[in-house]
Parts: sequence; structure tokens; C-alpha cells
Amino acid sequence: MMQEETKKATYTIPVGPIHPALKEPIRLALTVDGEEIVDADVFVGQVHRGIEWLGMNRNNPVQSIYLAERICGICNISHPFSLVMAVEQAAGITPPPRAEYIRAIIAEMERIHSHLLWAGVAAHEIGFDTVFYLVWRVREEIMDLVEYVTGNRVTKAMFQIGGLRRDITEEQFPRIRQSLDYYKSVFDQLKRVFLDDKTIQMRTRNVGILKKEDALKLLICGPSGRASGVPKDVRQDQPYAAYADLDIKAMTPDMVTGTVVGDVYDRIIVRLLEVKQAIEIIEQCLEKMPPGPILAQPKIAVLLKALTQAEGEGIGRAEAPRGEVIHYVRLEAGQSTLATWKVRAPTYVNLMAVPTILKGMQIADVPIIFASLDPCMSCTNRMIITDRALRKKSIMSYEEMHRLSLQKTEKLRR
Amino acid sequence: MELLSPGEIVDSFKTALGDGVIDAKIYEREVAVKKNKFRSLWVEVKKSAFRDAVEHICHLQEYPHLAIISSSDLGAEVELIYHFTIYYGYHLEELSLGLRVKLPKSDLRIPTITDIIPGAIFTERETQEMMGVEVVGIPDKRRLFLPEDFPEGVYPWRKDEKGPPDDMLRVLPGREQK
Repeated sequence: MMQEETKKATYTIPVGPIHPALKEPIRLALTVDGEEIVDADVFVGQVHRGIEWLGMNRNNPVQSIYLAERICGICNISHPFSLVMAVEQAAGITPPPRAEYIRAIIAEMERIHSHLLWAGVAAHEIGFDTVFYLVWRVREEIMDLVEYVTGNRVTKAMFQIGGLRRDITEEQFPRIRQSLDYYKSVFDQLKRVFLDDKTIQMRTRNVGILKKEDALKLLICGPSGRASGVPKDVRQDQPYAAYADLDIKAMTPDMVTGTVVGDVYDRIIVRLLEVKQAIEIIEQCLEKMPPGPILAQPKIAVLLKALTQAEGEGIGRAEAPRGEVIHYVRLEAGQSTLATWKVRAPTYVNLMAVPTILKGMQIADVPIIFASLDPCMSCTNRMIITDRALRKKSIMSYEEMHRLSLQKTEKLRR
Repeated sequence: MELLSPGEIVDSFKTALGDGVIDAKIYEREVAVKKNKFRSLWVEVKKSAFRDAVEHICHLQEYPHLAIISSSDLGAEVELIYHFTIYYGYHLEELSLGLRVKLPKSDLRIPTITDIIPGAIFTERETQEMMGVEVVGIPDKRRLFLPEDFPEGVYPWRKDEKGPPDDMLRVLPGREQK
């Protein structure tokens, strides 16, 4: 039998939810023709934890700040930052100016550590592990500084509705400046390593291109959007915290190369420029920081009572390292929890670019292209109830597992 | 591009949509030391005028940024707020624009806007599975976050009988069911 037409056969390769190339669980379905990617689809939802639901049903707004910190391990400043701004608007609380400056300082520290972390991961994805070690060693300095200023490396518990929980004192300034000087001294080396290296250029130039028009249509935000030439940066666009007093400009790759391509290389440029920008912002904030209190209402019981009686809504927007974080909050009088809490993390929209930037690329490019968006799954996935759902027999509960564990210990003791 | 003031934007909505606009509020607050103003706009429209309102926003700003759709269960109706931002890229000129539309529980349907803003697809899929609002004409009807074996007809954000039943909620050891 003769076949009139031969259709091009394509394979679908599943990647993930758990895969060595991915740092967090997500499933990609890649349709390939030989080595070339024809189409891609994204499946999210593997790390849902029900955070918004908890904020709307179980926790009071102050407890929800600490829950918001745990939306994401890396953006553990941006999320509480947006949440407290939204609640402050809804309840009509104004934080003192000094708090606004300290908020900006710790948010910029977060940007430095996040971008350096990303730079290391990106180098690792293309097999350049020497650079990965170098960058992560350089990153330790900011982690030490974060610990020095906030008391902790990861979840810092700095935010409170109407201000902050900890101050930055004059005595701490020299130590902060010392770290900033260190970064200024290594910045040129980092820039040379990432932008002049032949191998990195070969693997990242004209790879994973996202055109400006596509970026605008797919609502891409943050460094991924700016690398495509969209000059959108909340710190520049909308007055919030100390950024409202500073003259901040969105970083775009044409500042270095003169053109905007929108490839992986451009995303590296934008992030590097933003590290430098973050250092400058912290310096300016230290200089201009006004004296005064750091909390509008230090008594938590009074604050909670005011929040329970408050009625209103607010929207908190902060520029996280990956893009814009938005929290919408609605308060109802007489309700001790948030009436509505909606979180939008930057990766939520940035993931929509994945099919576009993977199309036409090779399978070997998937890790670096995917990583170039700096996707953060924990941020995107939040709100399902972690449940035993209707299949109680097949899914084991924590209590059952605990009981089995005890049984095993007893068995071993005999 | 001509930047309109919040008041002018409200007027432009009223001219474009007529009595389709139910309510419009301007929120302002002073920030930090220089007292620059954070501004947001909240416009409530009738369901019949919803698509026209989104198209009107596209006239104000080519490619408006749709951040997210938030939805609240208000008892007899479900409130959807489409959080747009316009005038980005200009120093301190950006505006948050919340487009509010209320749907009665007897008719929880809203037309899709993915033909105008392709990137609305994720948040429309999420609103559909979490709140049980049917997005009419959505090009991709699949769930976004909920697993495939999650029961049909249960919507986690609802506060009525369609919300998650008690036996689906896990209570941690040592805690009591609230």
C-alpha cells in the first residue's frame, strides 16, 4: 500500500515535575521534531500549599505576614512587603518615613542575593561550574550582610503592618558600606566573566528570544520583560517606599550593547546592571534615611483590633527580583481574617512566555532558556488545600505516617 | 502618548460607556519623605459594559498590563476585579486601575478577554477553577493549578456550599478544626 503523504512525526517529551534540569517542580511537555522544539506546554500546580486560603480562613492579618514570607524562600521580602502595603491601604495606616527607607534597603539586598544566585544557576545550566562556584562565593557576602542587618539569612521577619520590627542603626552603617564596597570591587570582574566570555556568548546569544511585542502581549514583567525592551519597573513607575524619593530608571540591555535582542544574553545583562543599581540604591537610602520611629502602632493588640474593625481594600505592588509582586487585600469590618487575599507572583505571568521562547530551539537549550526567566514555582503555586481529598485510602496523612514511624522505632527496639 | 490624570480617566470612562459605569473612585496616598503620590483607580462597570471597558483601557494604553483577576464571594454575588496597570515606563506616572464587575450567583458567566489580551489566559483559567465563574469563549478550558483528581463542582475560594467541605480540610496534629 502506498502512502500518499508522510506526516512529519513529532514526539512529546515530558520534562519534570522532578528533573535534574529543574530546580523546582514543574512539568513541561515538549513536542519535538528531531532535536528541534516545535511546541511546549506548561503544567503548574505541583507545589500548592493553600496560603491564600489560610489567610482568608484561619490567620489574622499579622499572622499572614509570616505566611506571606513563606510563599517563596528567595522573595521573602517582596511578598510581605506587598502584603503590608495592601493592608495599610485598606486600613488607612501610614508607615513612618524611616520604615519606608529600611524597607527599600532590605528589598535591594534581596535583589542582590537573588540575582547572584540566579547568575550561578545560569552558569551551572550551561556547564560552567567554575563560574557557578565563583558567583556563589561572592553571594555569601550579601547573605552575611542580610544576617547582620535582619538577624537571619532567609526568612527575616522584618515586616509589620504600619512599619518594621527592627531598625537599622548608625553603628551598623560601616558594616553595610563595607559589603557594598566589596561588591563594587568585584562587579567589573563579574561583568567580564559573564559578558565577555566566548562560551557564555555562544550558549546565550540569539537563544530563547522573546520579542518586545510578545512580551507586552503575554504580560511579561521584571528583568525578563526589561530584557525584551519593556521599560516596566515598579520602582520607577509607581511611588512606593523610599523609591518614590529616588530617581530610578528601568534597566534595559541597550544600555550595554546598544540594541535590544531579547535573548538569554540580554537577560544576563539586565540582571547584572540591576545588581549595580541595587548597590547604588542602598547607598542613597543610607544617606537620605530620615530619623524617627519605625512603627505606626507598636502595640499589636491595638493594631489587631483596628484591623478587625477596618473596612476597605488595597493593592500592594513591589518590584521583586523576578518582577512585579502584587497583593490585593479586602478587609471586612468584624472579620478577623483577610476577607480576600490574592497574590500574583512574577513567575505566574512569566511562565506564559515559555512556549514562545522554546519554539525552534534545541532540547539542549531547554535548561538555560527556562532558567533565564528565573522561574520560581513556589511563588506561583499557592492556594490549594493540601488535602487527603476523596481518596483517603491511597494518600497517607501525616498522623498515619507518624504512627507508622513510631511503630517502626518500637519494632527496632525489640 | 498623552497621559491623562485620574479624574480625566474617570470622565473618559463615563463618555465611552455612558451609564455602563456604576461607580468610580480615585485613591491617593503620600509616600515617604518627598510625598509623591501613590494613585490607584477603581472603576465598577455593569456586566454588559465589561468588554467595552477593557477595550477602552486598551485605548488609554496600548498593551495595558493585566496583573491578575481577584475574586471575592460576597454572598449573593461574586465580585471580580481585573487589576490593570497603565502608563508604565514613565517615572512615577503609573496608575493601578481596578476594573470591578459583579456577577449574580445565578449567572456566573463572564466573557473572555484573551482575544484582546492573550496573557489573560492563566488568570482566567484560575478564576474558572477556583471561583466557579465560567469564562465564556476561553481558548483553553483546562485547569491551571488544581490536580486532575480534584472533585468537580468544588471551588476553593467560594464561601457558600460550593466551597471545600470540612472533610477535605486537613487539621494538623494538635490543632482543632475551626
